[in-house]
Amino acid sequence: MRQQNVLPKTSCIYVLLHNCAREQAGLLKRISPLPHGRSWGKQPSPRLMQEVSRRITTLLTLILTVLTMRQGTAHGAETILVSAAASLRESLTEIGSSYIKSRPDQRVRFNFASSGTLQQQIERGAPVDVFISAADKQMNALGAKNLVIHATRRVLAHNELVLIVPRTSRIPIESFSDLSSPAVRRIAIGAPASVPAGEYAEQMLRKLGLWNRVRLKAVQGKDVREVLTQVALGNVDAGLVYRTDAATTPQVRVVKAAPKGSHQPINYSMAVVTSTRHSAAARAFLNYLQSPSARAVLRRRGFIVPR
Amino acid sequence: MIITLPVFEWHPVYLSAVVASAALLLVFVAGTLAARFMTRHSFAGQDLVDGLLLLPLVLPPVVTGFVLLVLVGNNGAVGRVLNERFGAQIVFTPYAAILASAVVAFPLMYQSARAAMQSLDAHVEDAARSLGSSEWRVFFTVTLPLCWPGLVAGAVLSFARALGEFGATIMVAGNIPGLTTTVPLAIYFATESGDLKTAALYSGVIGVLTLGMVAGLNSWMRHLLRKRK
Repeated sequence: MRQQNVLPKTSCIYVLLHNCAREQAGLLKRISPLPHGRSWGKQPSPRLMQEVSRRITTLLTLILTVLTMRQGTAHGAETILVSAAASLRESLTEIGSSYIKSRPDQRVRFNFASSGTLQQQIERGAPVDVFISAADKQMNALGAKNLVIHATRRVLAHNELVLIVPRTSRIPIESFSDLSSPAVRRIAIGAPASVPAGEYAEQMLRKLGLWNRVRLKAVQGKDVREVLTQVALGNVDAGLVYRTDAATTPQVRVVKAAPKGSHQPINYSMAVVTSTRHSAAARAFLNYLQSPSARAVLRRRGFIVPR
Repeated sequence: MIITLPVFEWHPVYLSAVVASAALLLVFVAGTLAARFMTRHSFAGQDLVDGLLLLPLVLPPVVTGFVLLVLVGNNGAVGRVLNERFGAQIVFTPYAAILASAVVAFPLMYQSARAAMQSLDAHVEDAARSLGSSEWRVFFTVTLPLCWPGLVAGAVLSFARALGEFGATIMVAGNIPGLTTTVPLAIYFATESGDLKTAALYSGVIGVLTLGMVAGLNSWMRHLLRKRK
């Protein structure tokens, strides 16, 4: 099927480019004698020119064909772009693939990053249809500028902040106060200004009176998954991530969960982005995220899902 | 309307200047010596070694950062030895920032130094040798002074490259505000959190610094060349 679609397109591109190249060659020949006795050097033979222009045309045709082919695959199905917090990567990928199985006319693409990064992208006009944030702050900021449709806003799930260490770590870390010990040299957290997991971590460490003692050993990652990776690779001695992140790799060990009330509740909220051109499809996906099967996936991955 | 003040701190500026200067020092010596070695000797596989030395210039800086992380990370080949033998840790320290900047800036210094030494008339050095100068004396009194403009040009490029290093730095030095956050990292994280005023301020400061340095060095170079004539 695709072959039939592409072949005529390829020949169209070829003919167009070839004509263009021939014209250029002709033009070059016409303007080639320069004034004041200068010349373009040795005149290339017309046959060589033809050969060169044909080769260039073929190459350009190939490149353009490949480029247009990729677009061709998306043709027919409606595609929405979902910008979601990095901690949702596995769950949403799983939910997304079961969604398109049940709705073959739909396509879902994901953009995973820190909620702060995603907020910035949406504010700068990224063509996003659905936003899922790991904190209320970023969603509120977009809501205040009417960049998300308020009526579509829902809570997707809750999560828990935990202290993790590399599985093979020999440094005794049994509680949060151990983080201030000199044996612990580096702690990974998310950058508090743009990564919700980092903001919760800062709130908790402040509440426990540890912030000033750990601030200068806190490596601030650009999203929560970077924090997880730094702990898993053993490049830091401890890290603060969500319980669901810790569950994605056997290379880390969960030491303790953050004490109740030491930080704001971790709410994942979602909404349709105002500038969407696929409003119905975006709403349909939001509804699917609240369906029993999607909730079951989230729960299995360790999220706390409202009943 | 809420007016927020930019969160400008001097530490990233100070750190960037120190990191770039330290990297320049390393790279100047290493690049000049490597260029001298490569122009004076010929051996099998020379093109390959030459390519390896230039590799950080053509590789994306994140790839360089990744390779460095694999090497000097706490579980990396070099990092593990340092950690177990000396209890030293390189990743996520200012030294890692210097290392990353130096590796990325090295090819620029090496390239300029090699070009300067290749264009040098070998007879001049031979003349000094025939008068009984030792190899090192020839290097310091003949080769270096004659190659000086090329070396300074390489130094300017390397310093500017080291000052702007981001990709490899964020991977091995990380972002610890007040300890390893250089100006490029501060700009990136300010933009990420929507603090465009801070990002603009840091950008302005680094722009003025770089411009001042390049302009200053250029005028110094012209002065040097005029004196030579």
